[in-house]
Amino acid sequence: MATQQIFSPLPGIFYRKPAPDKPDYKSDGDTITENDTIGLIEVMKSFNEVKAGAAGKILRFLAENEDAVMAGQAIAEIDV
Amino acid sequence: MTIQKLLIANRGEIAVRIIRAARELGIATVQVYSKADKDSLAVRLADESIEIGPPQASKSYLNQTTILAAAATTGADAIHPGYGFLAENAEFAAAVEAAGLIFVGPTAHAIRLMGDKVAARKAAAAAGVPTVPGSDGRLESPDAAFALVEKTGFPVMIKAAAGGGGRGIRIARSAEEFHHLMPQAQAEALAAFGDGGLYVEKLIEGARHIEVQILGDGHDVIHCFERECSLQRRRQKVWEEAPSPSLTPAIRDKLCSSAVALAKAVDYRGAGTLEYLYDDRSQEFYFLEMNTRIQVEHPVTEMVTGIDLVCEMIQIAGGEPLRIGQDQVHVHGHSIEVRINAEDPAKGFLPSPGTISALSVPSGDGVRFDSMLYQGYTVPPFYDSLLGKLIVHDEDRPSAIRRLERALVELSVEGLATTKPLHQALARDPEVLAGCFHTAWLEPWLEAHAASLGAAEPSPTAKVVR
Repeated sequence: MATQQIFSPLPGIFYRKPAPDKPDYKSDGDTITENDTIGLIEVMKSFNEVKAGAAGKILRFLAENEDAVMAGQAIAEIDV
Repeated sequence: MTIQKLLIANRGEIAVRIIRAARELGIATVQVYSKADKDSLAVRLADESIEIGPPQASKSYLNQTTILAAAATTGADAIHPGYGFLAENAEFAAAVEAAGLIFVGPTAHAIRLMGDKVAARKAAAAAGVPTVPGSDGRLESPDAAFALVEKTGFPVMIKAAAGGGGRGIRIARSAEEFHHLMPQAQAEALAAFGDGGLYVEKLIEGARHIEVQILGDGHDVIHCFERECSLQRRRQKVWEEAPSPSLTPAIRDKLCSSAVALAKAVDYRGAGTLEYLYDDRSQEFYFLEMNTRIQVEHPVTEMVTGIDLVCEMIQIAGGEPLRIGQDQVHVHGHSIEVRINAEDPAKGFLPSPGTISALSVPSGDGVRFDSMLYQGYTVPPFYDSLLGKLIVHDEDRPSAIRRLERALVELSVEGLATTKPLHQALARDPEVLAGCFHTAWLEPWLEAHAASLGAAEPSPTAKVVR
């Protein structure tokens, strides 16, 4: 097993859930596939999905819901 | 003037615009800013500035408590909300007044009344202003709604009573679609706005969007004529002009008088805009909604009337009666505004935040550029993509369009993508030149022209013939 990071593709606000009253896309410990959505980045009022990009298990999120993030910033750690 | 120090509870180009107006009135300014905006032009220009929180608007520009505390800390005696954020928040307007400060805008009551689309429609009908055929209020039951729709005829729009800005709208073209969409629309309205109230309106296809600018002092109301904003993408305006190329003098007179009647009926105070749909085939107009604030496109009205709307709204808030009579308001020439956004029109309007590596701003006769840009400024990703507004004025519409093309050639924003190529293409389009468009015209046009919007623009020297 190796640890990898998922990076934010864009600068903006990071959301872990699709809407304020919806559950998180993924939680720590969840198994993910490459095409799973792990969050949204809001950039200039448009919303863009963040894909896992690799299959494995989420160790932990490095950015919280509604955190401001920069492009290239690590937002989660996964075990692949 | 009772206002000594004005706090600007907004950001971007409108904050810069308000600071300029306040300074010309001899009023000191306080600019609030989020952590992401500490290097903004508004912060540089204001007399004082104060940080109000993290980049997220919900934690800074929308945080009423922090903004009121900032006003108390800096000794501001008035708050200008700009547009967006808290501009049409009745609770905020009331809280500003409860704190003993002046809210530069209408009363909380007027904001609340016009913010409820059903109440606004009722107020319009009571003032004799035509509204789109539909339900007189919230729909009581699906059966009652269907009985009504059968009378109105299809297509109809199902709208959320608490919605706005084009959100929460469904279009039904048949009885079957209507029965299918009603429950969906109700659930969505409840989830999005915390209010499942719905109303229906007949869809006026191929209608134009025309709006009337008014100014009121709580007693008297004048209009400053109309703007046409039919060129829209996803219900967001991209090109606005005054006067409308589609109105006859008689219709213009009727439309503007109806706006004054409605604003008077609610004892309106401040700058406001009444939005209408206009069907140029039947020459019928229908009241849509009222915006109880200054609007993005206010400069086109300023250019044709010579009235400084932001200055007037601040004076009115300071307790002055209207300084302009209706007989003093005249339209001279034609004005066009285009919105320069940090978006790439060649890539589906992909947002394009980034650093301005070089900037060249157009100038010369009849050209105005309201913006927040300076060379070296980094446009943050957290807010909307409006970078600035290019406004031109000339003696008539064809000359204004030629002036717009000239000014667009002079405008250069390097370091990020902008919507400039879109406006250059629109300014050359035969239908735009002829003024033949409506609110659903731009989106199919964009699909047809997507490929050409990223093309390199012709260099200004390319036209030189030896």
